Amino acid sequence: MVKNTIKLTLNGDEIEVAKGATLLDAAQQAGVDIPVICYHEATSPNGLCRICVVDVDGGRVLQPACVAECQADSTVETRNDRVERSRRTILEMLNASVNLSEAPDIQQMMADYAADEARFPDANVREHTLIDDNPFYVRDYEQCVLCWRCVQVCAEDAQYTFALTLKNRGHDTSVATAFDISMTESPCVFCGQCIGVCPTGALKPKLEWGLQQGWSADDMWQMTRRGRKRGRENSDGE
Amino acid sequence: MAIQSELDAILAGYDGRGREALLPVLWEVQGACGSISPEQVHRISHALHVPEADIFGVIGFYTLFHDEPTGRRIIRVCTDPTCALAGADAVLHDLCGRLGIHEGETTPDGEYTVEHSPCLGLCDYAPAALSSARAEADVALPTVTAASLLGEWHGDYFTAAGDADSALLKPTLSAAPETLAAYGDYRSLRRALADMTPEDVIAQVEASGLIGRGGAAFPTGLKWKFTRGTDSDIKYIVCNADESEPGTFKDRVLMEHRPHLLLEGIALAAYAVGADKAYIFIRGEYPKATAILAAAIQNAEEANLLGGAIMGGELALDIELRRGAGAYICGEETALFEAIEGKRGFPRMKPPYPTTFGLFGKPTAVNNVETLCAVPSIIEKGADWFKSIGTDGSAGPKLVSVSGHVRRPGVYEIEPGIRLRHFLDDVCGGLIGDLQTVLMGGAAGTFLMPEDIDVRLTFEDLRDAGSTFGSGAIMVFNQSVDLRDVLKRLGRFFQHESCGKCFPCQLGTQRQVEILERLDAPQADDAERLLDIGMTMTEASICGLGHTAGIAVLSALEKFPGLFKPLPPAPSPMHQGGEDQHA
Repeated sequence: MVKNTIKLTLNGDEIEVAKGATLLDAAQQAGVDIPVICYHEATSPNGLCRICVVDVDGGRVLQPACVAECQADSTVETRNDRVERSRRTILEMLNASVNLSEAPDIQQMMADYAADEARFPDANVREHTLIDDNPFYVRDYEQCVLCWRCVQVCAEDAQYTFALTLKNRGHDTSVATAFDISMTESPCVFCGQCIGVCPTGALKPKLEWGLQQGWSADDMWQMTRRGRKRGRENSDGE
Repeated sequence: MAIQSELDAILAGYDGRGREALLPVLWEVQGACGSISPEQVHRISHALHVPEADIFGVIGFYTLFHDEPTGRRIIRVCTDPTCALAGADAVLHDLCGRLGIHEGETTPDGEYTVEHSPCLGLCDYAPAALSSARAEADVALPTVTAASLLGEWHGDYFTAAGDADSALLKPTLSAAPETLAAYGDYRSLRRALADMTPEDVIAQVEASGLIGRGGAAFPTGLKWKFTRGTDSDIKYIVCNADESEPGTFKDRVLMEHRPHLLLEGIALAAYAVGADKAYIFIRGEYPKATAILAAAIQNAEEANLLGGAIMGGELALDIELRRGAGAYICGEETALFEAIEGKRGFPRMKPPYPTTFGLFGKPTAVNNVETLCAVPSIIEKGADWFKSIGTDGSAGPKLVSVSGHVRRPGVYEIEPGIRLRHFLDDVCGGLIGDLQTVLMGGAAGTFLMPEDIDVRLTFEDLRDAGSTFGSGAIMVFNQSVDLRDVLKRLGRFFQHESCGKCFPCQLGTQRQVEILERLDAPQADDAERLLDIGMTMTEASICGLGHTAGIAVLSALEKFPGLFKPLPPAPSPMHQGGEDQHA
């Protein structure tokens, strides 16, 4: 009989999982927690944050649990010294570049892995000016971890709008519109899906941001009303 | 208006094409106009059906593309380790001084832009530069000075030829390597088409023991067998000519001197795996090799050695030459596919592997230039001949690129097994000064100490010595060299070339260079920081770039631990002794 399950050893326990299951699926099935940053159920996995790496058979490199499939008879350790070093170092390096003050999940990971917030003194922080160019949401890329989810839902993962792209490369990468035009000039349809999948405070509704700035409910109501009205006037006028 | 009609003419040449034509279109538009404007992006978007944001993202990924006006001529001076030893920083400084600008700026008259560049693959003619001017072909320039860059160029250079026993190189250089008179009429291909099945070709290559020459050392015959065995109507051969590893220039020499050897190797590979389309993806910094290959392809097609019904038989093969645009990452095979497909050069997740899901999602055999150049002689002389050269684990002749402190730097064809000491002393003309260390395998290689250099140059001996043959780069440093400076430049290279996709490499190459830049006065825990960064990049990155971006630094931590120790505190009565200055 051809079985559609395979067996493997996860943290010392033998488990049986469906063929094709990822290591993350297997861990969830076994009740083992593996941290993730870029992974989201609604977006295509890219395995790029590497915070979910695990040790499979002591291999030369670690495997990203969110995308790597379980192999029959393999031995998986989801948290050993190698795994901890990579996760801790990734978190420390990320914290040195990005403002994580509004990313409680990542802050919790920092605590779980004893990551030192001051591990990299004199590090080059990614600096961006907050972009407030439309009535609906603001973009604060100093809080962006480059998980790519917003770019993905704007493109083939959901909306097919293609307002967003990645600009530059390496550590200088940022999310951007074409030639940094404003959102209102871009193809953006203000569907809000990018905000929904953002894991940090990089993208947030203008209402939420306004409250953080200390605006009153009345100010906000005036602003958003004006915003909508202004939009209509513009489209009538031009 | 002239520019408008020029754009129309360019786009008309790509009518009916899609996103895969994006890099060629951007090259043409920039060649005509100097840079690529938002309006042009808008037009290209409509012509190729690619979102404007994506085109903007692509332009920003490749350093040789510009979306803002530049000087009419851009001069890029290489400042990687070998050119630095030859005074590249002074050349750059002098050049900027004469023009009255800083590096990265354009002269007020709009005539010149000056930049530094990663390795240009002219390490035997250091310091090197690349000159690009609107509506002119790019020129790679050997042994430059500021005066030569602003005056009369000597744009030609020659790299050491092989000897009478060489299989890949020739004892004498041909004046017109792109002609068939300089090469012959593809005798091995003729023989394979007449007497051998594709399976026979694969069997010969497998039996020869040929392993990939690009750095990963994968058995070539096995790769072809997998590709042939995958069920698909469409398959591709991709020649990886994106040689960009600092200190590596062997593929440039092969393409410049023996273009038809490469084309015949590609034709044999196509016959073996069942492909009728091949791409050569060549780095944008190799204008001379690009021009020679383009002419060679045309000559071969005219002689019916490539194209349709080759030699009157059933094999058809279209070889398309694709020019990269300044991104070391595109030497990674899946990033290279993305570049051909008109995208940012991000490496893909593996599996699936290229032999099942490669270029355009089709089974693809991707081979390095030197690997493909080894194939015609295997078919002509047989697997046994090839195996008789070298060792069991390192069969066949191997090219190495030597630079730095030897009397005769250049590309050499060696029989694997020769000892490094003998090679440097007797073949490369001997060392200049007293040896400090050899960086073996390129920027992603490891340091060999003077007591290590009796090692035999084979894949297996170098592996056993904790080193790597890598791409065949050998960089020699004498006692006058400040290794801190070498490490800084390697760190800058990887920081500049990381694609930014995965966190370990995007962040790790940045954190690594920050620490390497302060090696003149390292902080107390910098060695430990570099160890964590290096191990995390090695173990957790997506692709080979990240896996190797910390290797040279990890090697230096082991071989030269003193470089990373904080300097002894200056004697002073006010000294605070032993306290951590950055807690």
